[in-house]
Amino acid sequence: MAKRKAMSKQTLVINPVTRIEGHGKVTIQLDEQGKVADARFHVTQIRGFEKLCEGRPFYEMPSLMARICGICPVSHLVASAKACDAILATRIPTTAVKLRTVLNLAQLVQSHALSFFHLSSPDFLLGMDSDPARRNIFGLAEAHPKMARDGVRLRQIGQQIIEKLAGKRIHPAWVVAGGVNEPLAVETRDQILAVLPEALQIATGALDWFKTVLDQFREEIRTFANFPTYFLGLVSPTGELEHYNGFFRVVDSRGNIVADKLDVLNYADIIGEACEPDSYLKSPYYKPRGYPEGIYRVGPLARLNIADRCGTPRADQEWAEFRELDRGAVLSSFYYHYARLIEIIYGIERMEQLLQAPDILSKHVRAFAGTNNPEGIGVTEAPRGTLIHHYKVDDNGLIVWANMIIATGHNNLALNRGVLQVAKHFINGTKIEEGMLNRVEAVVRAFDPCLSCSTHALGQMALQVQLLAPDGEVLDELRR
Amino acid sequence: MSKARVATLWLDGCSGCHMSLLDMDERLLELAGKIEMVFSPLVDQKEFPENVDVALVEGAVSSDEDLEKILKVRARSKLLVSLGDCAVTANIPSMRNPFKVKDVLDRAYIENATLNPGAPVDAVPTLRPQARPIHEFVNVDVFVPGCPPSADTIYFVLAEILEGRVPDLGAKTRFGA
Ligand code: SF4
Repeated sequence: MAKRKAMSKQTLVINPVTRIEGHGKVTIQLDEQGKVADARFHVTQIRGFEKLCEGRPFYEMPSLMARICGICPVSHLVASAKACDAILATRIPTTAVKLRTVLNLAQLVQSHALSFFHLSSPDFLLGMDSDPARRNIFGLAEAHPKMARDGVRLRQIGQQIIEKLAGKRIHPAWVVAGGVNEPLAVETRDQILAVLPEALQIATGALDWFKTVLDQFREEIRTFANFPTYFLGLVSPTGELEHYNGFFRVVDSRGNIVADKLDVLNYADIIGEACEPDSYLKSPYYKPRGYPEGIYRVGPLARLNIADRCGTPRADQEWAEFRELDRGAVLSSFYYHYARLIEIIYGIERMEQLLQAPDILSKHVRAFAGTNNPEGIGVTEAPRGTLIHHYKVDDNGLIVWANMIIATGHNNLALNRGVLQVAKHFINGTKIEEGMLNRVEAVVRAFDPCLSCSTHALGQMALQVQLLAPDGEVLDELRR
Repeated sequence: MSKARVATLWLDGCSGCHMSLLDMDERLLELAGKIEMVFSPLVDQKEFPENVDVALVEGAVSSDEDLEKILKVRARSKLLVSLGDCAVTANIPSMRNPFKVKDVLDRAYIENATLNPGAPVDAVPTLRPQARPIHEFVNVDVFVPGCPPSADTIYFVLAEILEGRVPDLGAKTRFGA
């Protein structure tokens, strides 16, 4: 026993991780020399959605499942409605597909704006090592009022589009099994089209600015979860960026397509879910490569890595420039921020295309049917990545089983490895400094994990740092 | 005038109530002149501070950690606001109450797992048998129903409190609003 005590390994705990959407914590293990040996990211809440829906009529599911997450309720609404469409075994009107797509893109814009401006830009503008008491959206509002106002405005535009289409910004009831429950009015369409140019201006301005400061973050780019993984997501049948429908495509770190045109209904053939004893968040992996070699990433970075182009003019230009960053796939997770800004531009341009087509005003927006299929799967791209809802119902249409794989979950393995990489690079056990911990948190922020979603079945996360002796004794602790 | 010390906390909720708070948009930046956000998922403070004037709490009490947090928040805050249906009635989280905790965990970590099935046990809080509203554990000063309460409602609540009044929400919101 004396021997075990002698090699005094230590553990740092960061609890809670802040400026992320939810509650998580990080533990960092130090070896005898005070070097980082291991690091883990834990999600610390479970909400039980896969169970609590049991016995509910399936047509309640979109509204209920939206309550998994107030940040991206539309993603759950849409994925859930698609699973319910499959239970109806009906083909929904094409206009309904387009309207749901616009709604989904509006949410992409607001959620990415929240991640970039409200949560992460304080690190870029005020500095990773700046005063933690001011390093937030309010501090930003004082030091860089234009940036703060732009962020608030861009998110507002996204939220207003959702409100105009669906009647309410958070948890609207417009998306239903079979389509949507109201067609789009001409005036509403015109109001939405009228605000898009301003949104585009803010987004392109932010991207132009971000490209000029990238150089200041070379060290972060090099170390923020910058390693080879697979990338997974949906693409359209022609290989373009796609957030509503489409097929699975998987590429490797060199950018080679390893699987393509996979039907989303067969998700369980390519995605396995592993449990870890220290997190409520499960760790999905790419099944053909096993665990944990099948580590993959989803979300904006993955989507830009798997697509052949975006499919809208300005976003395509930016995409081409973005893909020059690396020879194969773009690997540094710091570039999630960059990818997010390009996707905002794509979202705005694509909404404009969809809203300008005359059939968007069709009155035929909902199909009616009963329970025709005992099982339904709905897959979409949420702001943070691929979202899968899978339900089974009985003859009366009551839910008997549900499984959800959420965007943040897919990234769990990469997030953990990223935390380890940053910790190894920035932390030296002899002294804990606030700025180095903020970098550990910043890599978490780059993934923009949605812990509200992660906690659908899973947990909240948080950050607190402790030095622990191997016997668990707390040697040092840092909280902010 | 010194700024009011405001905190926001998230227990077992979906963050929708926090998002509705953000939906105050430019009014949020305007409020920044009158309040200091001393603890919130939006700022980097890690430990709930002493002497908080107003604490807005979203979500139900579901785990032992939630309970610990709400007791601390109550002890350190002058005014505690139960924000949204989950805080006020336990709303969505309470839908797991008819099931045993073990069944909830088994669904996620045994039935719906491909590898290493088993519910997590290290470094994670323990679920309480039921998700319950906040006021079952601590005194609540203001109840704000809604799922989520609208940004206008939240703004009204904050503005009234900053003026030293207890907001009358009779006509402003309702459950499920
Ligand atoms: S009241 Fe509604 S919006 Fe607020 S946390 Fe609960 S489910 Fe989310």
